[in-house]
Amino acid sequence: MLRLDGVSKIYRAGPFGGRELRAVSGVGFEVNAGEVVSLIGESGSGKSTIGRMVLRLASVTEGTITFDGEDVSAIRSPKAYYRQVQGVFQDPFSGFNPIFAADRVFEMIRREYFPRVSRAAWRERVESALAGVRLDPGQVLGRYPHQLSGGQLQRMLIARALLLDIRLLVADEIISMLDASTRVDVLNLLADLRSRGLGVLFVTHDLSLGTYVSDRTVVLRRGRIAEMGPTERVFGDPLHPYTRTLLDSVPRLHVKWAERRDEERAGRTVCPFHDRAPGTPVRGDLAEPEKDHHVACAGPGACPAAEEPEFRQPSAKERV
Amino acid sequence: MSLTVTDLRVHYRTPRGEVRALDGVTFTVADGEIMGLAGESGSGKSTLGTSLVRLDGRMRHVGGTVELDGVPLPVADSAAMDRFRFRAVSVIPQYSMSALNPTRKIGKMVAELLASRGERPDRAELERRLALVGLPPDVLGRYPIELSGGMKQRVVMVVSTLLNPSLLIADEVTSALDVSSQKAVAGMLLGLRDEGLVTSMIMVTHDISLVYQIADTIAVMYAGRLAEKAPADVIVTAPRHPYTRLLISSLPEVGVRQAERRLDGIPGTPPSLLDPPEGCRFRDRCPLAFDRCAERPPFAEVAPGHSVACWKAV
Amino acid sequence: MTGVRNALRVALRNGKLVAGLAVVLALLLTALVVPATIAYGPNEYVGPAAAPPSAEYWFGTTTFGQDVFAQFAYGLRATFLVGLLGGGLAAVIGMAVGFTAGYRGGLVDEILNMITNIVLVLPALVVLLIVNAYLGVRDVGVQALFIGLTSWPWAARAIRAQTLSLRSRDFVDLARLSGMRTPGIIVREIAPNMSSYLFMTFILLFGGSILIAASLDFIGLGPSQGVSLGLMLNNAARWSALHLGMWWWFVPPGAGITAVVGSLYVVNVGLDEVFNPKLREM
Repeated sequence: MLRLDGVSKIYRAGPFGGRELRAVSGVGFEVNAGEVVSLIGESGSGKSTIGRMVLRLASVTEGTITFDGEDVSAIRSPKAYYRQVQGVFQDPFSGFNPIFAADRVFEMIRREYFPRVSRAAWRERVESALAGVRLDPGQVLGRYPHQLSGGQLQRMLIARALLLDIRLLVADEIISMLDASTRVDVLNLLADLRSRGLGVLFVTHDLSLGTYVSDRTVVLRRGRIAEMGPTERVFGDPLHPYTRTLLDSVPRLHVKWAERRDEERAGRTVCPFHDRAPGTPVRGDLAEPEKDHHVACAGPGACPAAEEPEFRQPSAKERV
Repeated sequence: MSLTVTDLRVHYRTPRGEVRALDGVTFTVADGEIMGLAGESGSGKSTLGTSLVRLDGRMRHVGGTVELDGVPLPVADSAAMDRFRFRAVSVIPQYSMSALNPTRKIGKMVAELLASRGERPDRAELERRLALVGLPPDVLGRYPIELSGGMKQRVVMVVSTLLNPSLLIADEVTSALDVSSQKAVAGMLLGLRDEGLVTSMIMVTHDISLVYQIADTIAVMYAGRLAEKAPADVIVTAPRHPYTRLLISSLPEVGVRQAERRLDGIPGTPPSLLDPPEGCRFRDRCPLAFDRCAERPPFAEVAPGHSVACWKAV
Repeated sequence: MTGVRNALRVALRNGKLVAGLAVVLALLLTALVVPATIAYGPNEYVGPAAAPPSAEYWFGTTTFGQDVFAQFAYGLRATFLVGLLGGGLAAVIGMAVGFTAGYRGGLVDEILNMITNIVLVLPALVVLLIVNAYLGVRDVGVQALFIGLTSWPWAARAIRAQTLSLRSRDFVDLARLSGMRTPGIIVREIAPNMSSYLFMTFILLFGGSILIAASLDFIGLGPSQGVSLGLMLNNAARWSALHLGMWWWFVPPGAGITAVVGSLYVVNVGLDEVFNPKLREM
């Protein structure tokens, strides 16, 4: 359904765009209907930029993003695209215009997409969308954003997307500002949407959240894919040292860091993926040592043959 | 006994009335203990952390006492507390990245700080401590703007422990960091205690899995009160308070898949602390609630080092 | 729209807004209605010289026997006009430049910024002097035009900065994801967030225009016909009204300027409370 091929994002910084900054480099993966793909990376990995490019909020510098085979950058009517592809972002409070009632996000959808639907019929639709995200309409309609909790607001934004005929949802760190006791409910909601045939691109820095809902995982490091494949393969048998470092650093309940040291040492030390053996199926720069499990060269330190490409994530000011 | 907090009550002044951010909190922290203080936003965990060091203008001490190494801390009196800050109790603030004066070189700032406490800087000791958190000695000659966010945070860690405080409060120091740096910073906090630079520590956080990694004990707050305090392993494996139990079971771990094991959150929301209900604050969301919960449960010791505020656990 | 009615109800309950509007409207009414009821022109010598306020001449007369009240009413009219036209023009240019530069960013922003900075550093008064010397300013409209064309840059910069910070908020992205186009987003999402700020900008431009006009009048570059509050002050100063104890000559125009600008400021504070739902509850 959604397909990225060799996608790069280059920001031009400095006076009149003199310097180039690469935020994303040659990224390719797919999101199919009824599938949750998590895009995992630390800050500056380019994960949010990818989400923004899919949503056409940032332009693609190189490569193509296609939705049902159509180039997303070349779409003439973004409105028709947004009918099928929607996004929810990290900070639920920032998603609402603070001077208007929160339910204005629904009204905006009606105004732009369903101007002929009567108010009464629309209210029914809104209420059923709210029921779909387990919100009580009486508690949220007509209230201002600052009167609602982050969890309520985040669910309203998901309900907003559900009012359209969406097929793909880009969920950019939608959990990270929510409290622990409500996080898992929003994750379950994403999983329920998947069972209704929706594709979800779940952008997160949190490995445990990523593994909980996703079918496939893409691990990003410094704008490039380090490893990707079925979630249980990527986290069950990580091939890239970076994936292993991430897995090793993530704090877990029941297991303390100190007790995991031995596991860590058992990992591979040489990089088998720098010089790809002839005949190894390859996608982009990635080797495919087992079916559908792709991995990049481990990079300098772990791989003697590798050179670190120059990389710096642009600051917010440089992204203009 | 290093720290003894008894029935501490601190209110926040807001335009709509007083928010009872801390409503009767009692606990102790032993010498050498690292206590994790976990809770959701609005539970009062940060208020508890800051009220042990400095009440800001909107906070009002309503009642209760704090005693550190047998000496009562005048938490209500900011001027009197000045004698204790840095020396007895110190804090690494949540936004330590912006806690440094941008116009002063790090070394000069440290010297000024020490001078204000009547101390002389010991260059060799300072460099040793910088090395402990992985900083080269030349940061002393640099301005804060020349350091990365992580480096600034480590500078603040060194500065706040320079006078070997008895109690260090680390307020959400890891929440803005990536997983790999989280681990490093948590390791440094552990190092501060192991090297004897601080006697005991309270680590305020919303992330139980993280605090479990380094804490000896974990205290869980809910709606301005302590729900449970126990050794870290007990909190994670055998919690007694229904809130702790539900909270722990709602946390996804690496490897847990929704398709195989569906976790559930806690329905409902915490009560408003502007006008909190009588009795147990968790009553409305609690699956075990019964008549007696209308009465406030005591924070009672159910096993050595394990206290719970729940009628069902007594 | 219940939202509008709601806002109106809150607005009418706001004392500052109502009081400020009342003063502005009273002055505006004076400027619009009073001149029609006076049989003579403002500069005609109709009464006794240097007479203090009386039942016949409410604000007294000047050294030459002109009616100060008539001058005040006519002057108020000119003052409102120069403020409205000059401030309005500057606000329109400032908003167009500020919104475009802030929202579009990139090269557009850099070019607009450059133009803004050039106009900003031009010594406006000198330009007005030169323009005036060559073209001549004979009525309030032309004066307002020149003032408007030179006083917009700081407004553009302020609006650009506000737009820049609002543009990065998620609700702007969500508006784009709802299929809204750029002008719609600026008008419906960004501008309402800074409506009190825009109004404040307009008030300052309005007041600024009035003050620039008064300065120009003072150095003899004002409209050659008619009167303005600035011209009245200037005349009062020139004919030593202060030393002669003729307070009725300079107090009305001074108070008039202060009342117009001051009450608009009070309106602005009130509007801030109406627009900001968080302040509303306090």
